[in-house]
Amino acid sequence: MKKTIERDLFPGALEMMVLRMLKRQPLHGYALVQQIKRTSRDLLQIEEGSLYPALQRLLKAELVKADWGVSSTNRRVRIYKLTPAGARHLEREVSSFERMLEGITRVLGPEES
Amino acid sequence: MNWLKSLFSRRRLYTELSEEIQAHLDEKIEALVAEGMPPEEASYAARREFGNVGLAEQSGREVWRWPSVEDFLADLSFGLRTLRHNPVFAAVGLLTIAIGIGANAAVFSVVNSVLLKPLRYPKAEELVALHQTAPGAAGLADFENGLLLSPSMYFTYAEQNRVFQSLGVWITGTANVTGLAEPEQVRTVELSDGVLQALGTPPEVGRWFLAADQIPHGPERIMLSYGYWQRRFGGDRSVVGRRIMVDSRPREIIGVMPKGFQFVDADFDLADPLAFERGKLILAGFGFRGIARLKPGATIAEANADLERMLPIWMDSWSNGPGTNPHIYETWKITPMIRPLKQEVLGNVGELLWVVMGTIGLVMLIASANVANLMLVRVEARQQELAVRAALGAAWSRIVRSVLVESVMLGLAGGVAGVVLAYAGVHFLVAAGPANLPRLGEISIDARTLGFMLVLSVLSGLLFGLLPALKYAGPRASFQLRSAGRTMSASRERHRARNLLVVGQVAMALVLLVSAGLMIRTFEAVRTVEPGFRDAPHLQLLRISIPDSLVPEPERVTQTQSAILDQLAAIPGVRSAAFVSEMPMEGFDSDWDEIFAEDKVYSADAIAPLRLYKYVSPGLFGTTGTRLVAGREMTWTEVYTLRPVVLISENLAREMWGAPSTAVGKHLREFPGMPWHEVIGVVQDVREKGVQERAPEIVYWPPRVQSSFAPAVRTVTFVIHSERAGREDFLDQVRQAVWSVNANLALASVRTMQDVYGKSLARTSFTLVMLGIAGIMALALGIIGIYGVISYTVSQRQREIGIRLALGAQAGDVLQMVLRQGAKLALAGVGAGICVAFGLTRLMRNLLFGVTAYDPLTFVAVAVLLVFVAFLACYIPARRAMLVDPIVALRYE
Repeated sequence: MKKTIERDLFPGALEMMVLRMLKRQPLHGYALVQQIKRTSRDLLQIEEGSLYPALQRLLKAELVKADWGVSSTNRRVRIYKLTPAGARHLEREVSSFERMLEGITRVLGPEES
Repeated sequence: MNWLKSLFSRRRLYTELSEEIQAHLDEKIEALVAEGMPPEEASYAARREFGNVGLAEQSGREVWRWPSVEDFLADLSFGLRTLRHNPVFAAVGLLTIAIGIGANAAVFSVVNSVLLKPLRYPKAEELVALHQTAPGAAGLADFENGLLLSPSMYFTYAEQNRVFQSLGVWITGTANVTGLAEPEQVRTVELSDGVLQALGTPPEVGRWFLAADQIPHGPERIMLSYGYWQRRFGGDRSVVGRRIMVDSRPREIIGVMPKGFQFVDADFDLADPLAFERGKLILAGFGFRGIARLKPGATIAEANADLERMLPIWMDSWSNGPGTNPHIYETWKITPMIRPLKQEVLGNVGELLWVVMGTIGLVMLIASANVANLMLVRVEARQQELAVRAALGAAWSRIVRSVLVESVMLGLAGGVAGVVLAYAGVHFLVAAGPANLPRLGEISIDARTLGFMLVLSVLSGLLFGLLPALKYAGPRASFQLRSAGRTMSASRERHRARNLLVVGQVAMALVLLVSAGLMIRTFEAVRTVEPGFRDAPHLQLLRISIPDSLVPEPERVTQTQSAILDQLAAIPGVRSAAFVSEMPMEGFDSDWDEIFAEDKVYSADAIAPLRLYKYVSPGLFGTTGTRLVAGREMTWTEVYTLRPVVLISENLAREMWGAPSTAVGKHLREFPGMPWHEVIGVVQDVREKGVQERAPEIVYWPPRVQSSFAPAVRTVTFVIHSERAGREDFLDQVRQAVWSVNANLALASVRTMQDVYGKSLARTSFTLVMLGIAGIMALALGIIGIYGVISYTVSQRQREIGIRLALGAQAGDVLQMVLRQGAKLALAGVGAGICVAFGLTRLMRNLLFGVTAYDPLTFVAVAVLLVFVAFLACYIPARRAMLVDPIVALRYE
């Protein structure tokens, strides 16, 4: 049942970015999407709806926790916060992602002439 | 228990998720409106960028789900729906499974209660029965009990052993209780010190016997069984310390054993101490059953070795009197054969129950095959749907699962219905089972039986679901999209599974029918055996004991018995009456001893073969219909004048003197030094221990002999030959007749000879009934199986048959073609069944009598019967095929 993950992204990419955003500060869903878009300078097209299943997965894995609060626009929202486990998970994911990226980059690197 | 928490908080999670998503959209719209977009357009844009709200919610929810269980629930509701839409299929399947499971559970509950559960004693696994064989003791060793213990043996074993915690001996008997109501004969067990200690079951009220109660001529004390306590004293706990008259002597009640307590395999009313007089014991007197509790960790092999070690000590410590050689028993080759007490209680019933369990299990398999067939047809009808589902990307494992869930559900529903049938079945088995089935009272449906039913339901559901599931929903399912097209004739491939099922069914039905047939042959063989008595339904038996406290003088005992005979003979409708120490097959402890003939030479160092001793009144053989082969019966004058006469059985006469006629006039005696008795008659052999056992050699003594051991036989069975035997008004007159002689006499074991004979056949007839039922069920299920397959193929091949007929085939050809198909299946089944039956009937060898396990007549008869019945089952669909109208069949599209 994982077909809801963004087609443009590899599995787990969205979760990783969510964790990274939350490492900086606790955010609610709408703000998270805006942050990701803004930070990626709109390079990543995220279907906003797909954020919520990803958040549920993170909640279930106890990598983030959520509390009801009030947003800057005075709306009742759920604010997500990174848990220590989430922080550790992010670190591992990022380092393995970097290794993978390096590998891919090497393969895709300039043709040897 | 995280998942449990999540299961309960899930609803909250879901609403929170929806709320959150709504808030997200609202915030987005607000932001867009703030940028200047018209509200309606903003709402569309927000939704567009968000994507599918429903999908997001669903995927979010799915994260929290327990996918396998919930898919399973979906399959379940789907299965329920399909079953509800096919009520006939569901009902037939359910009923078949319910009957199968109910019957299996009923038999299993018997197997479980009788064979599997430990005996109801504390640490029952430590309990053993002290069995010994004596292959050197001719006569005695022929019968199942082997060599029992003598009191001196008991003392040696109890005092010298190294492996037992406690050890004792016991026997069953009867006693008269007077002074409570009518005089009553009750069942007793007499036991030595160590028996209760070994069994270890504490008394319900009062105390056990102690060593002090075993002192001869001490205060006489007894214990009551729970049943007797309830019956006679209404469960009054103050009964301890009261005295009751047992055999005309006051005895003090010291305790009551708890409910359900049995002495090994004996029901009893009263227990009293044996109280051996140690100083008077000799080596002989092998009449007591030994029981012991092993020390923890001791094995039966060690215990056997220990008994072996003590046998020479026993021979050195005791004697049979001056001038005898104690080591004479070495020629008997006494060998300890200790066995677990459970085995002692069960005897050979285990084999019988396993055979019954096996046959019922086979019936279950046949029933499952039938349901599998039904499922095959059902799934086949669905195969296009399944193929479409597979083509659209459904995982085939998921499709298999949905078929399996449906079949297992059917199995479980059948199991639930089976519980009801199982309760009925247990009642039937308890009623129909041999009355001497050990532990009959313990049979019940318990948690283990219910667990067994659950396992059976699931397994059978898997069994009959797996075949169709794999065949039509398996990995290769997709190509069937094509071959299932309506314009195709049936392919051979499609029928293979069903044909195999039918062949299997016929084979199993053959095995069961052969087993049932062998039992019928056994029963026939048993019925033709001459038991040694005639007109059993009209022989009224009753047992009367005259205790020496009531009539001390031996000659008056015989007079009393004779007076009773006179009174009985005067009852209207009585042809004759007589008495004997015990009638054949009554199962009372018998008396075995040596016999010495005047014209034979006996070695002092060997013990002559042991013969069964019986004491008979004049006229017994005429009353029971036992044929006199030579000579005559004794007369009352001979009895009263103590004339030394004796009768013997035909086999004994042949063994000693070659022919019955030459035996008459010969002399024999019980012991050296006793008077010689003249053989005045020879009677036909009597199947004393049951029709299926060898007839023993018997010596028939007069009721009074000049012997120090049995001056007069005090406990005898009266036999009355009358058309009125067994009728209540007749029994009333019999009681009055007995009491007119002595009002203190109790009548026990009042029954007809037919009851005794029937009881001795109970095992055989029970097996016959059970195998008969199983065989009939198997036959019926097998016929249904064949009929179902043939008629299904005919309906599938209607088009093909139509083409054949249109091309000029004769109706007869079509009939033949269909019948040939049925015959092929039946013959294959019969062939396979005969092979299996050859292997399996061997297992019931010991239940057979007068017929081998490979009886050709039974095999041939059953095979012919099955083929014939299968032919009939095919004939109906074949006729239907013959009548196919080619035009209709072809236009049917």
